[in-house]
Amino acid sequence: MSTPEPQRTAPLSVLVGTLAGLKNAIFPAAAAAFGTGLGGMGLYIGIGVGLLIAVVGGVASYISWRRLSYTIGASDIRVESGVLSRAARSVPYERIQDVSLEQKLIPRLLGLVAVKFETGAGGGEDLSLTYLTEESGEELRQLVRERRDAQDEIAPDAETGVPSPAREPEAEGEPIFAMGTGRLFQFGLFEFSLAVFAVLLGLLQYADTFIDFEIWDPDLWQGVLEEQGSTISALGPYAQIASAIGGLIALFVVGSATGMIRVFTREWDFLLERTARGFRRRRGLFTKTDVVMPIHRVQALKIGTRLIRYRFGWHNLKFVSLAQDAGSSSHDVAPFAKMDEIRTVVETAGFHLPSENADWHRASEAYRTDSMIVDSLFFVIAAIVAGTVLGIFNPDWFLLVVAILLGLAALSAGAALYSWQFKRHSLDDTQIMARAGIMSPSSQIATRTKLHSAEVAQGPIARWRGYATLHLGLAGGEFAIPGIPFERAREVRREVLETIAATDFSELETG
Amino acid sequence: MEINASEPIVPAASALVDDDAELTQLHPNYRSALRVQATLTSIPFIIGAFVLEGALQGESPLPFGVLIGVVVFLALVFIIRLPSRRYAARGYQISTDRLRVVRGILWRSDTVVPFGRVQHIDVDQGPIDRFFDIATLTLHTAGSHNASVYLPGLGHELATEMREEIRAHIKRESM
Repeated sequence: MSTPEPQRTAPLSVLVGTLAGLKNAIFPAAAAAFGTGLGGMGLYIGIGVGLLIAVVGGVASYISWRRLSYTIGASDIRVESGVLSRAARSVPYERIQDVSLEQKLIPRLLGLVAVKFETGAGGGEDLSLTYLTEESGEELRQLVRERRDAQDEIAPDAETGVPSPAREPEAEGEPIFAMGTGRLFQFGLFEFSLAVFAVLLGLLQYADTFIDFEIWDPDLWQGVLEEQGSTISALGPYAQIASAIGGLIALFVVGSATGMIRVFTREWDFLLERTARGFRRRRGLFTKTDVVMPIHRVQALKIGTRLIRYRFGWHNLKFVSLAQDAGSSSHDVAPFAKMDEIRTVVETAGFHLPSENADWHRASEAYRTDSMIVDSLFFVIAAIVAGTVLGIFNPDWFLLVVAILLGLAALSAGAALYSWQFKRHSLDDTQIMARAGIMSPSSQIATRTKLHSAEVAQGPIARWRGYATLHLGLAGGEFAIPGIPFERAREVRREVLETIAATDFSELETG
Repeated sequence: MEINASEPIVPAASALVDDDAELTQLHPNYRSALRVQATLTSIPFIIGAFVLEGALQGESPLPFGVLIGVVVFLALVFIIRLPSRRYAARGYQISTDRLRVVRGILWRSDTVVPFGRVQHIDVDQGPIDRFFDIATLTLHTAGSHNASVYLPGLGHELATEMREEIRAHIKRESM
């Protein structure tokens, strides 16, 4: 193998950098223009400042492009960068877990991708190359995988850098879950969100500092209300009801539209495939992402749902994975699916859903009683305090306040009682499963062999009442089963440990 | 103080971890180390009590010495009683393929780490630990919960022996 040549990223990256600089220039330019008065000169000064910043940004991004080079070596990939100070980072192929491609809007228009190498290092200290052309990005991804596999398979030859026999470019995987426009529309309906109002409110507050419009001035609003109020009351009761309904409909439309837009931009063209190396997920309208999750790195599954969509049989599926990359969103493998579709994905990942006759165990009854007491305790104490204070100072309100607080106490006790019905866990030959949630049940499924430790924890009350929380060490996630009888906790731990101890960690990774 | 108390020998490694079996006690020096730590922690509070009492002299509704008395009493409980309780509550079991660590007076925790899941092992000694010739053995796992399992208060020699044993086990299984 010839000595590897340092390579540069795509020249168009300079343009992306310049455009980003331009975006940053808009605000100072506007500030300069307004600051010097909008008359003739101010505008020119503003444009001048904007241009200057854009040019400086462009030159800077050109220089940093010139100074950044990457080398695809025999055993590692190296990136050297820095204008004044030089930084060189080397990542050995065998430490690269996933290679993902990401396209934001502007790079996408220019046909560029950001290539990210995930190493599992904490704190976002991963290697990324911005930007390569689409083909060279895909090529690099392919190459890194081949090198990685070569290292895995012919480790002794790694020194000489003998490449593995040339592999076919990755065949198109077998699609296992996709979401078309119809599905996205349905999904959007359930993603009702009022976030847009929060944003509007924020903008108003922001505008407040710029525009001479006293948004928090009560007089202004009182004026508006009185004006509107008198207009509305002039319309008579039917019109008042109609306008209230109209307002609710508007709220609903805006909320649904927000959800719809969010779903469509995030999940557009959602495609999950089973490829030779694992799962590959592509999605996104403006920012396109392409993520590969090796199958053996899936540690556990989480199946969740929400209150309303659950009534219509919709669920979501997430993987718990070792890669501590861009948060949980990158492990969304089926954000909105029927149970049948989830079953397919789950089985492809080598797990199985709990069978009909699974051996479910509930949390202990002492735990149920205690959590009812503990959950309602806050309101009971509040009722006692408020009752004493009001009884002395203002007996008129005594009954109402105490009744409301006691009602809340009863409600939380009831919720604790009801949720206990749904809290259960089950252990079978290969998996451990736990379920919780009243209105929208969520389940977690973990493979017994992929657990790392087991802890039985008890607080003072739990010790006195004979139950415990079982914490299982799961890479990249948490798995705890609260409130199970102490003996059962020990029994589950014993069984799980038997399975764990039978396989070594190193066998897990190559599996 | 029995700094050179006879080391507990490495427990019979063939024994299986049994939930009901007797736990192995930590090194007796650990109790003394806990006391020294508690003393060091209490000193600022006692000094604070003296300063406060001095500053409030004549103006305080309480008779002289009450504040100091309460703080000193609490400190004594903290120094004498608590370390014994904590020492008694802690223990461990080691078998051929796993380590069990038990701790906590009120909040009990009972953790088992199989050697096959250990990523790396630390043996740490702080200045107090070095004086008492004890050490903390830490097992790191890949799990998010219990990413590091600490076992303090082992004799230093025992801790290094245990480390070697666990390491040998990891190596054997990976080959």
